Amino acid sequence: MADTKPVERPLSPHLQVYRPQLTSVTSILTRITGNGLIVAVLLMVWWLLAASTSDAYFAVADAVVTSWFGDLIFTLSLWAIWYHYLAGLRHLYFDAGKGMDIPTAEKLGWGLIVGSVVLTLITLLLV
Amino acid sequence: MRYLTARKRAEGKGASGTGTEHFWHMKVSGVGLALIVPIYLFVFGRALGGSRQEVIDTFAHPFVAILTGLVLFVGLRHFQNGAQTMIEDYSKGTTRRALIIAVTALCYGLTATGLFALAKIAL
Repeated sequence: MADTKPVERPLSPHLQVYRPQLTSVTSILTRITGNGLIVAVLLMVWWLLAASTSDAYFAVADAVVTSWFGDLIFTLSLWAIWYHYLAGLRHLYFDAGKGMDIPTAEKLGWGLIVGSVVLTLITLLLV
Repeated sequence: MRYLTARKRAEGKGASGTGTEHFWHMKVSGVGLALIVPIYLFVFGRALGGSRQEVIDTFAHPFVAILTGLVLFVGLRHFQNGAQTMIEDYSKGTTRRALIIAVTALCYGLTATGLFALAKIAL
C-alpha cells in the first residue's frame, strides 16, 4: 500500500450546492420518515410493556399514548409509514432499472405525496 | 497467510467489505414488511385507546402476537440498517462508530422489550 492518509471528502448530500427538486425532496423525505418512525416504535413498545405489567403502569402509558401528544405522534407516524411504504415500493421499481427517466420519476414523486396522504386518511377512517 | 491475490480478496465486496449484503438485506426486509405492516396498522390502530383488558385480549390472539413479533423484529432490523446508512452519510470516525453502536443497542433493546411484553401478554 502506498499512501493511506485519509482523503478529506465532503459528506453527502451536499445540500449547499444542490437545488431542491421533487425527486431529491421525496428521497430525503424517505430517510426522514423512516428514521422518525423510531419515536412511534418507542411509544408503542413502552405501551405494550405497560399493558403486560399492571393496571397502574398501563394507566400511565395509556394516558401519554392517547393524549394530544400521542395522537399527534401516531397520526404523523401513520403518514410517515405510508410514505415510507410507497417510497420503498418505488425503490424496488428503481432498483429494477425502471422509471429512471425524469417525467416518470416526477410522476412517481407526486404519487408518493398524494398516495401517502390518501392512504393515511383511509386508514384513519377505517380504524 | 492465505495465498490470495489482492484482486481475489476484493472481488465482489467493494469499499464496504461486505459486498451487496446490506443492500440485499434492506430489500428482503422491506418486501417482508410491505406484506405485514398494513395488516398491523389496522390491528394496532384498533387496539389503541382500548382498556387494558381489551389490549391484552387483542395481543393474546396467536395471529396478532406472531404478527406483532414479526413487525417488531424485522422492522427494527430494517430500521437499524437504514439508520446506519444515515449515520455513515453524515458522520465520520469515532462519532460514526459510537452512533452505530448506540443504534444497534437501541434496536436490540427495543426488540427484546417488545418480545418480552408480547410473551407475557400472549402466553
